[in-house]
Amino acid sequence: MKRFAELLDRLLLTPSRNGKLTLLVDHFTTVPDPERGLALAAITRDLSIASVKPAMLRALVEERIDPILFGYSYDYVGDLAETIALIWPTEASALDRRNDVPTLSEVVQTLDATSRAKAPAVMADWLDRLDASGRYALIKLATGGLRIGVSSRLAKQALADFGKVDVVEIEELWHGLKLPYLELFAWLEGHAPKPESLAAAPFRPVMLATAIEDGDLDKLDPADYAAEWKWDGIRVQATSERGVRRLYTRTGDDISGTFPDILEALNFEGAMDGELLVGHSPDLTAGKQGPVEIGTFGDLQQRLNRKAVTAKTMEAYPAFIRAYDLMQDGSEDLRAAPFRERRARLEAFVLGLDPTRFDISPLVEFTDWQQIVDFRTEPPHPIIEGLMLKRWDSPYVPGRPRGPWFKWKREPFTIDAVLMYAQRGHGKRSSFYSDYTFGVWKGDTPETGELVPVGKAYFGFTDDELKLIDKFVRDNTIDRYGPVRSVKATPEVGLVLEIAFEGLNRSARHKSGVAMRFPRISRLRWDKPAREADRLETLERMLD
Amino acid sequence: MRPDDLLKPRPEGLYCPPGDFYIDPVRPVERALVTHGHADHARPGNQNVLATRQTLDIMAIRYGENFAASRQEAAIGERLTINGVTVSFHPAGHVLGSAQICVEKDGLRIVASGDYKPRPDPTCAAFEPVPCDVFITEATFALPVFRHPDDREEIGRLLKSVRQFPERSHLVGAYALGKAQRVIRLIRDAGYDETIYIHGALKTLCDYYESQGVALGPLAPATIDNGKKGDFAGAIVVGPPSAFADRWARRFPDPVSCFASGWMRVRQRAKQRGVELPIILSDHADWDELIDTITAISPSEVWVTHGREEALVRWCELNGIRARPLHLVGYEDEAE
Ligand SMILES: [Zn+2]
Ligand SMILES: [Zn+2]
Repeated sequence: MKRFAELLDRLLLTPSRNGKLTLLVDHFTTVPDPERGLALAAITRDLSIASVKPAMLRALVEERIDPILFGYSYDYVGDLAETIALIWPTEASALDRRNDVPTLSEVVQTLDATSRAKAPAVMADWLDRLDASGRYALIKLATGGLRIGVSSRLAKQALADFGKVDVVEIEELWHGLKLPYLELFAWLEGHAPKPESLAAAPFRPVMLATAIEDGDLDKLDPADYAAEWKWDGIRVQATSERGVRRLYTRTGDDISGTFPDILEALNFEGAMDGELLVGHSPDLTAGKQGPVEIGTFGDLQQRLNRKAVTAKTMEAYPAFIRAYDLMQDGSEDLRAAPFRERRARLEAFVLGLDPTRFDISPLVEFTDWQQIVDFRTEPPHPIIEGLMLKRWDSPYVPGRPRGPWFKWKREPFTIDAVLMYAQRGHGKRSSFYSDYTFGVWKGDTPETGELVPVGKAYFGFTDDELKLIDKFVRDNTIDRYGPVRSVKATPEVGLVLEIAFEGLNRSARHKSGVAMRFPRISRLRWDKPAREADRLETLERMLD
Repeated sequence: MRPDDLLKPRPEGLYCPPGDFYIDPVRPVERALVTHGHADHARPGNQNVLATRQTLDIMAIRYGENFAASRQEAAIGERLTINGVTVSFHPAGHVLGSAQICVEKDGLRIVASGDYKPRPDPTCAAFEPVPCDVFITEATFALPVFRHPDDREEIGRLLKSVRQFPERSHLVGAYALGKAQRVIRLIRDAGYDETIYIHGALKTLCDYYESQGVALGPLAPATIDNGKKGDFAGAIVVGPPSAFADRWARRFPDPVSCFASGWMRVRQRAKQRGVELPIILSDHADWDELIDTITAISPSEVWVTHGREEALVRWCELNGIRARPLHLVGYEDEAE
């Protein structure tokens, strides 16, 4: 528990991906089984623990400390779990002598076997035996509040680094593994063979495309490639084998629970690759067959990142899959077959499925690259974010090999916005103001109106440009709040930033009513007066 | 004589009417008794300053030799008389030269402890409890959530991180007087003998500590004239916390920002400041030490000043000790 607590404390405050990887690899290297496996599961949130209510803990602590002193402390600290962890009274000197610090496995096993009535006594005993950092980890674990900014993708990468294997090998195995991952660690440490993935409907590592760069097309023969639209949803893998149905993201996260409507429609044996999109319900409820009407990415977001989904939401935003590829057809693994063959099999496969839940991403007919250039400039549908080029003879291989598949995104949208706030960065950038909030004009004229913030961006500029913006921020600061500076932004004085972004959603959470997708700084417009920056109406028009 | 007649708060600071002097005045006065060299307690511009030799030296380093028109050294434990009031200085264990000031008249004794910490500190004399009728205590960390862990464990975490990230430099933010030297000394005690790099603002005070017998091991200025950026990879750099948000910090490769302060006990404080490795290390008494000190001295009355007065007053009430907040203004939280 001590080592787990230490890891949590460090991960919580380490902003950089590499830093987190180092800490995780170190943990796997120095902490024995089964503790490291349980720590991994706790971090990836694959550990389900019968949970303890925060109110119960508060009652426990108020038996031990004056409620008024507790109240002062809670006001100051602001987080209940942390307040309890810090305030829990122990004999400081006794702590040095305690050799009975509970292990993570003791905590996990005991909590599972403890009745609700006995839980307070069990928790109190552990809290007595732990130091402040251990108590914090225990409380967060037991109350289900463990959020530490490590994605399961990052955890898998750390395992790959630890065992010096490719991360796709971990992804492939992941869903067949059992806590506390003893065979996995044994394999990664080199004293056992690679565990066989025994689970039905495992994740199959996804094939990814590389971006088209200038001059690439000239070197390629159009006859070698198929083209298809790149849809603006989320890439998924739908698998159904031996009665097990799963929906995975492209990094192997299981999102089946969020999409019961899709899962119900997976009445096939096989594994397909496609884009998850949502439709507009009127077209579907009208009993209409055939091509589905697609909702925007904003509509799709109504369905994402939800643990539970209501019938109403499913009806308003029905999900469907636009199929790209077929990796498994019945008992036949198609991944070694060329794209041309897989495509033919896919077309036949999708014909047998519920047309309100599945359709096929159509191929784009073309004979020369100029047509592709034109299609990219004017795609026939707003939910298209670009084109994919796939070699007719390409097998389906995991990872991102250069050559067989290319993606070519449409030009991003751009607007000119004015820098409003700047925040200090982390790590390498901790002495630079590197995270920017920018706004556009609202009101009749810049002189009578005001700037409303429309987004944040922290990349897209070079190191030299960063230095210049940092200097501008320091020279034009009008207010400070902790690590944030408010920057002079008037019609006369202000830094205009050209912002590129992929799309725009309506957002009730933002004062401006809009939220940008993937905003980044594409150019610094030192030449442009702030008064000439874009207006909110320009963005609002883009929404329609 | 009532305690209020011997010492009472005024806008200038704590005033002794019969002795006609102030303790740690925040505005220039005729006669000042100064507990220690931190800038909020020791200010320039007083006519006459009475303090320990080390505090006087530190004031001269910080403000120049002319920090006061005249100065007088108070030897530890020596009893002096000022206008019929007896005063004596006793170690406070806070920073080098820090003292509690005991004020006595007609059998009434008040101890103004300034800032203090009872736990051992290799860079200054140990705190000595002084029996008294009224004990004036600071309350910087007077909430039961503040319990500073063992110094060695905190320094151990820093050194572990240095080993984990050999390609990065570790920037340790530490207040220039006291905390910085204590951090360096503790790092040495943990067996680390590489050169430690220091910010220019620390140089004279580190030299002074060394002259007073606090060995700090090999130190070098953290300047790039000495070499290229990569030279600080794997190094420990100590500087005042304010410098880390500054352009100064840019010379270091992918720094791990560390901050040595009692406030680092609260994760949110660390997070807000962008601290990657909090080091919980304070020169002030923590909650347990505050209440243990009050219990040990067992004064008939406690006056509470700068910090979280209400919690400590509450604790005194619960334990049957008369207590009240002093509401002195002008003293700051540790290390900002
Ligand atoms: Zn002080
Ligand atoms: Zn103070």
